[in-house]
Amino acid sequence: MAYVAPAEAEQIPAAEVEEVELYHAKSWVTKYVFSQDAKVIAIQYSTTAIAIGLVGLVLSWLMRLQLGFPEVFDFIEPSDYYQFITVHGMIMVIYLLTALFLGGFGNYLIPLMVGARDMVFPYVNMLSYWIYLGAVLLLITSFFVPGGATGAGWTLYPPQAILSGTPGSEGGIILMLVSLALFIIGFTMGGLNYVVTVLQARTRGMTLMRLPLTIWGIFTATVLALLAFPALFVGAVMMTFDKLLGTSFFMPAIVEMGEYLDYGGGSPLLFQHLFWFFGHPEVYIVALPAFGIVSDLISVHSRRHIFGYRMMVWAIVGIGALSFFVWAHHMYVSGMNPWFGFFFATTTLIIAVPTAIKVYNWTLTLWKGNIQFTLPMLFALAFIVTFVNGGITGLFLGNVVVDVPLSDTMFVVAHFHMVMGVAPILVVFGGIYHWYPLITGRMLHEGMGQFHFWVTFIGAYTIFLPLHYLGFLGVPRRYFEMGETNFIPESAQDLNAFVTVVALIVGVAQVVFFINLFWSLRNGKQAGSNPWKACSLEWRTAQVPPGHGNFDDLPVVYRWAYDYGVPGVDEDFIPQDLPPAQVSTGKGG
Amino acid sequence: MFVPIMLLLVGLGTVVFHFISPWWWTPIASNWGYIDDTIILTFWVTGVVFVGVILFMAYCTYRYRYKEGKKAEYEPENPKLEWWLTILTSIGVALMLAPGLWVWNDFVTVPEEAGEFEVLAKQWEWTYRFPGKDGKLGTSEPKYMNDKNPFGINPKDNNGRDDILIDDSEVHLPINKPVKVLLRSTDVLHDFYVPQFRAKMDIVPGSVTFFWFTPTKIGEFDALCFELCGVGHHAMRGTVVVDSEKDFQAWLNEQPTFAQSLAEADGDSEKNSNRVFSEASSPDRGIAQ
Repeated sequence: MAYVAPAEAEQIPAAEVEEVELYHAKSWVTKYVFSQDAKVIAIQYSTTAIAIGLVGLVLSWLMRLQLGFPEVFDFIEPSDYYQFITVHGMIMVIYLLTALFLGGFGNYLIPLMVGARDMVFPYVNMLSYWIYLGAVLLLITSFFVPGGATGAGWTLYPPQAILSGTPGSEGGIILMLVSLALFIIGFTMGGLNYVVTVLQARTRGMTLMRLPLTIWGIFTATVLALLAFPALFVGAVMMTFDKLLGTSFFMPAIVEMGEYLDYGGGSPLLFQHLFWFFGHPEVYIVALPAFGIVSDLISVHSRRHIFGYRMMVWAIVGIGALSFFVWAHHMYVSGMNPWFGFFFATTTLIIAVPTAIKVYNWTLTLWKGNIQFTLPMLFALAFIVTFVNGGITGLFLGNVVVDVPLSDTMFVVAHFHMVMGVAPILVVFGGIYHWYPLITGRMLHEGMGQFHFWVTFIGAYTIFLPLHYLGFLGVPRRYFEMGETNFIPESAQDLNAFVTVVALIVGVAQVVFFINLFWSLRNGKQAGSNPWKACSLEWRTAQVPPGHGNFDDLPVVYRWAYDYGVPGVDEDFIPQDLPPAQVSTGKGG
Repeated sequence: MFVPIMLLLVGLGTVVFHFISPWWWTPIASNWGYIDDTIILTFWVTGVVFVGVILFMAYCTYRYRYKEGKKAEYEPENPKLEWWLTILTSIGVALMLAPGLWVWNDFVTVPEEAGEFEVLAKQWEWTYRFPGKDGKLGTSEPKYMNDKNPFGINPKDNNGRDDILIDDSEVHLPINKPVKVLLRSTDVLHDFYVPQFRAKMDIVPGSVTFFWFTPTKIGEFDALCFELCGVGHHAMRGTVVVDSEKDFQAWLNEQPTFAQSLAEADGDSEKNSNRVFSEASSPDRGIAQ
C-alpha cells in the first residue's frame, strides 16, 4: 500500500465561529497564581496532587510497618492504623489519581491536542483548582482536629463512620465529607471545561475520529465523573445530616455499647449503593485516561499507528457506558438481595471483553512496529503487564460466587492496587517522561529514569503479586494485626515483613524521580521542538514550551494522530497538521 | 535484548511463583468445594491469557526492536483478527461465568432441610441463638434490648421463650447437616466468616441477612469479623466447633433458654428494666426468609 494523500477534493471546513480574544494576565499574580491559563492550572493541579500523593505514600509506609512488624512500632495504635488506611485510600483514588489525570494531564493536553488556545471557560477553570486546593487542605486539617481523621475505611460505610466505635467520628468524618463535597464542586467546574472544550473548541479538521486516544480517554472519563460524582455528593450530604442533624437516611434502630440511639428506619445499604454507583465508574475515571495516554505512548515509541483505532474508541466509550451497570459487584456479600448477583456478575464479566480488546490492540501495536525502548515505552510495557495481571484478578472477584470467599481479604487489596494503583501510576510516570520535554523544553535524565523505572516496576509487582495469595489463606484486609489464628501459618508474617521492606525500597526510590525532575529543569538535554517525532498537535506549537495561546495560527488538521510508518513517505511520521501537498514522497527528495 | 528477557522473567516468574507458593487455600471444611473448583477453572482460563499476552509482548519487543531506517508495517485495522479475538474472549468469559452462576444458584438456594441458628454481632463480640423445641426463633428488635435481655428478643413472642442463648463467642454445630446462618447486628456492619467454610455475608443492622453451608469436618475453627466495624475490628473473634450430632446435642442441652435466663435475671433487682426507648425501630427489611 503506497501513500495516498487525502483527496484534494476534501474540504477542511471554515471555522464556524470567530476566535475569541484570550484573557491576558496583567501581573505576575494573575499569570502564575490566580492563573487562567490551562497549562499553569495543569501544573498547579499536578503539583498539589503529587504533594498530597506523597502524604498518601507515607501513610502506606506507616501501615506497612505495622503489618510487617506488629508490636514493634508502639506509636501506631489501632485507631491510628484505621485512620492511615482510610486517608491513604481516599488520597490515592480521589485527591491524587482523579485530580492528576483530569486536572493535571487533562488541563495540559486537551487544549494542545485538540488545537485550541485554552479551555473554553478559563475563569471557572481557575476556580476549579482553588476549590480543589481547599478540599485538599481540609483533608489534611482533619488529622489535627480532636479525635483525628476518620478511620471508617475509604468507603466510609455508615453506621460505623459516624458512631463512636470508629476513630474520627467526631470532627474527622465531617471534614472528610465536606472535603469530598468541595472536591466534587471543584471537579465539576473543571470537568465541564474539559467536556465543552473537546466538543466545541477543536480546531478545523479535527473530527472526533481524529482525536488522539489520550483525549478520548480523558473526555470519556470526565463524562463518567460528571455523572458519577453527584451520587457521592448526595451520599456525603445525607451522611452529614445523619451526623449533625440527627436524620436517619442511613441509620436503622441501633443499640450501641448498650445504649439505644436516637436513630431509626434508615438503610445502611442505601449508602453503599450511592457510594458504589460513584465508586465503580471512579475506577474507570482513573483507568480511561491511563488507557488513552498509554495508547499514545505505545504508538509513538513503537513508531507505528495504534492498531484498531476505531475499535479502541468504541471500547473506551463502551467501557464507560457499562461501568454504570456493574456497581453492585462491590456488594455481593453486603446483604443486598442475593439475586442481584446474577445480573451484576454478568455485566461485570461482559466489561472484560472491551477491556481485553484494548489489551490486544496495545500488543498488536507493538507487533510489526519499530520499538524504541525509551522511558515512556518501558513504563507503557510495564503498565500492560500490571494491568493484565490486575484485570485478570478482577475476573475472579467479578464472578459472584468466587467473590464470596475472597471479598474483604488481602486478595482484594492486591487486586485493586495492581489494577488501579500500580498500573495507572506507571502511566503517570510514562506520561511525565513523555511530556516533560514539552512542558520544560528539556529531557529527563536517562540513567536516573532507568533506575527509577526498574525499581518501581519490579518492586511494585513484587509487593502486590504475593499479597493475592494471603487472600487465599483467608487473611482479612483492614486488620490492625492478625493475632492468633489456627489457619494462618507463621510464614505469612514473614511474607508481610518482606513486602514491607520492598515497599520501603520502592518508596525511597521515588526520591530519584524527584531529583531527576528538578535536576533536569536546568541540566537536562535540550529537547528541541519534537523530540519523539510525534504526530499529534501538542508538539506543533509556536514555541517549546508552548506559550500563552499555544499556537501562532490555529493549526488545520488533515489526518488522524497516528500516521507513523506510512508507506511511500520519506519520514516515518506525518504530523496531523502537515498539508498533504507538503508530505514528501519522493524517496530522498 | 534486556527488555524482552525481563518480560519473559516476569511472566514465567509469576507462573513459577503460583505453583511453588507456600500460601494457598486454607483446606476446605464445608460443602462449597464447587467454589474452589470455579476458582481453579478461572485460574486456568485467565492464566493462559496472561501467559499468552506476556509471551507475545516478549516476542514483539525482541523481533520488532528498533532498527535505524526501518519502518513499521502500516495496517491500521484488521477487522477479521479483531472479531476473532472478540469472539474468543467472549467464549472464555462465558466459560467462567456459566459455572459461576450455576454455583451461585446453589449458594442462594437454601435447602429445605437446613437447620437454623442466629449469629448476633455487636462491637466487638459474637453471641449466638438457636431455636428451641418449636424450631422457631422468636422475633427480636433493638428496642427490647436491655441487661436482662441482651438478645433483644420480643418477650411477648411465645416462639422466643424456648430459644437457646449462647452468650459466648464459641458456638457448636453438628457435622454434615446443612445450616442456615441468620445474621443480625445491633450496631454497625459486621461479617461472620470462617475461612474453611468459604461462605460469608455481611451483617447489616436493621435487617437479617443469611447464608448457608454444611460443615464437613469435625474440629475447631476460627471465626473472624470480615467487615470493618470500628477500632476493635481485628479483635472480634469467635470459635465454631463442629461436633458429631451426639456431642452437639449434649452441648446444646447445657445452654440456657431465654425463659431460663429471664428467670435468673429476675432474681436481680428490676431497676434496669425500665429504661425508656424513644421510638419504635424499623421493621426487619430485606432478604430474610
